[in-house]
Amino acid sequence: MTTVEEVLLTPAAEHDVPTGRTWLLHDSWTEALRHLRAMRRSPELLIYATVQPIMFVVLFVYVFGGAITAPGYTDYKQYLLPGIFAQTVLFNSSFTAVGLADDLTKGIIDRLRSLPMYQEAVLVGRTFSDVVRNLLTFTVMLGVAFAVGFRIEGTMAQAVSATVLLFAFSYAFSWIQALVGLSVGSVEAANSASFIWMFPLTFVSSAFVPVETMPGWLQPIAEHNPFTIVTNATRALYNGRDPGSDLWLAWAWAIGIALVFGVLATRKFASTTGK
Amino acid sequence: MPAVVAEGLVKSFGNTKALCGVDFDVERGQILGVLGPNGAGKTTAVRILTTLLRPDAGRAEIDGIDVLEQPQRARARIGLTGQYAAVDEGLSGHENLEHVARLYHMGVSVARERATELLERFDLVDAGKRVVKGYSGGMRRRLDIAMSLIARPSVLFLDEPTTGLDPRSRQSVWELIDELVRGGTTTLLTTQYLDEADRLADDIVVIDRGRAIARGTSEELKQQIGGELIEVEVQDPGDAQRVIEVLGHHACGDPHVGDDTRTVSLPVFRVEGLVPVAVRELDAAGIAVHDVAARRATLDDVFFALTGHAAEEDSTDDQADRPDGSGDGADDGRQAGAPGDSPAAPDGDRIMQETESS
Repeated sequence: MTTVEEVLLTPAAEHDVPTGRTWLLHDSWTEALRHLRAMRRSPELLIYATVQPIMFVVLFVYVFGGAITAPGYTDYKQYLLPGIFAQTVLFNSSFTAVGLADDLTKGIIDRLRSLPMYQEAVLVGRTFSDVVRNLLTFTVMLGVAFAVGFRIEGTMAQAVSATVLLFAFSYAFSWIQALVGLSVGSVEAANSASFIWMFPLTFVSSAFVPVETMPGWLQPIAEHNPFTIVTNATRALYNGRDPGSDLWLAWAWAIGIALVFGVLATRKFASTTGK
Repeated sequence: MPAVVAEGLVKSFGNTKALCGVDFDVERGQILGVLGPNGAGKTTAVRILTTLLRPDAGRAEIDGIDVLEQPQRARARIGLTGQYAAVDEGLSGHENLEHVARLYHMGVSVARERATELLERFDLVDAGKRVVKGYSGGMRRRLDIAMSLIARPSVLFLDEPTTGLDPRSRQSVWELIDELVRGGTTTLLTTQYLDEADRLADDIVVIDRGRAIARGTSEELKQQIGGELIEVEVQDPGDAQRVIEVLGHHACGDPHVGDDTRTVSLPVFRVEGLVPVAVRELDAAGIAVHDVAARRATLDDVFFALTGHAAEEDSTDDQADRPDGSGDGADDGRQAGAPGDSPAAPDGDRIMQETESS
C-alpha cells in the first residue's frame, strides 16, 4: 500500500504520450461519453426539452389550427408538424452553447485545454452528444405528432431523407452555438444569446403559415430564409411530394454553415480561457 | 536545468497590461510561491505556462520544452488545478478521474486503476461512486487536485488552490502539497495568502501589477525589511505621525500607520530591548499609548514594504491611499522595473528588489 502511495504522488519516469490527428475520434468520443453519462443522470433536462415542442404541437394544432389554412394541404397538421420538427431540432442546438458556457465558467475548458488531447475534440464531442440528445427529443415528438393525427405519407426513403436533413441542419447550427457559448461570459448569457435570434428565424418562415399570407415587405425575407428552405424540403418529403431544388439548397446551407462556423468556433476555442 | 522557466512574459488584454515582463524559474522538485493581490497577473502567468494563453512577448519552458513551440509535449508533463474546481458535476468522482486519464491517452484498464488508486489516496473511496453534484467544496477541491495528478505530472500548477475553502479543507490541501513536493513534483503555487506562501513555498516571487518585484525565501524577504517590527498603538490617532517622528531613528525601513489609524509599525533590525526604550521615549514626548509590542515580520509586512499597499486589497484602486512615505524604494522599484530587468540572479543575492530599501 505504501509503495503504491509513494508512486502515486511522484512524477512519472516517462511523460511523452502519443498525440496527433489520429486521436481526434478517440478524444471526441471520450468527451461525448462524458456528456452522455451526465445526461443519463439528469433525465429531467430531457423532459424539459420535450415539453416545449409538445406544447407547440398542441397549441398550434388545436388553437390556431382551425383558423389557419395552408394551400395545397387539406389538413393543417400535415403542413404544420414538419415545421415544428424543424424548429424543435434547431432550438435544441442551443444546448451546445449552454453546455460549453457551463464548462467554460467551471474551468473545465481550461483543464481540457491543458491536456495533451486533440483539442478540437472538445467541440466535436459536445456537438455530437447534442445530436444524440436531439434524437431522443425528436423521437418523443414524433410519437406525439402521431397521436394528434399526423401521418408520414412519403416513402421510407423520403422520411429518412427528411429526418437526416433536419439533423444535418441542426448540427450545422450547433457550430454557431459553439461560437456563441465560447463568446459569452456566463451560462445565463448563453441561454438568451443562443435562443433569442432563433425566434425570428423560425417564425419568419413557412413553418407555421404560408409565406404568401405575410405582408409584402416580409415575404422576400421569409422566402429566402434558410429555415424556410429546410422546412419546405422536409415537409415535401414527409408528405410524399417532390422537394425540387429545396432539397439540395437546404443541404448547401447546412454544409456552408457547418464549414464557416466550424472554422470560426475552432479558432475561438484555441484562445478561450475561463474567467 | 530548471523545471519551469518564464522569461520576459508580456501580455495585454486590450488596454490592460496583465504582465509587463515577468521572469522566474522553478528548480526541479522545488515549490515556488507566486504571491500577489487579485489582478496582479498571477493567473495570466500560469495560463501562459500551461499553454492556455499565448504571450505577446517572452518565452516559457517546461522541462526544457518550449510551451509555445511544442504545446502538446508540454501538456503531457503538466497538471493544472485552476482557481475553481474543474470537475464535471454530472459525473461521479471515479468517472471524472477516468475521463481525464483517457484524455492523457491511457488505456481503459490503466485509467480505471489510476482512478481507483487516487480515490483511495484522496480519501474519496466512498464518494467515488457518487455524483459530484453532492460533494462539499473541500471534496471537490481534492478531486480536482487528484485529476491534475492522474498522469503523475512532472510539474504541477496550483492556481489559488485554497481560495474559498474552509480552514480544515485548507489544512488538508496544504498537507497534500507537502507530500507531493516530498515526492519530487515541481510545484508552482499562486496565492494571495501570505501565510500560505510562508507555509508551503521554498521560494517566493512577489508579483504586483504585472511585475515581479521581489524574490527570495520567506526568511530572506522578511530580513529585507528588517525581520522584526515594533508596533505602537496610540490612544489618539492624531499622535500616530508623532510616534514616527519620535521612534523613527530606530527604524530600518519605512514605518506605516495601519488602517485603524492608531497602530504604527516600524521595521527594525533587532527588536530586543527596544520596547522599554520606546516606552520611555514616547512617555518623554508625552504621547499616550495603549500598547507597545515587538513582533516578527510577516509576509504581510513584506508585501506592504514592497508595494506600498496591502496584499488583499484590489491593486487597481489603491493609488490614492498610499501612506506618506510613498516616495520609497518600493514605489521607485515598480516604476523602474523595466521588462528586461531579470530577477534571475546568482545564488549569493537572491532577493531581487530593483532598488535598495535598507
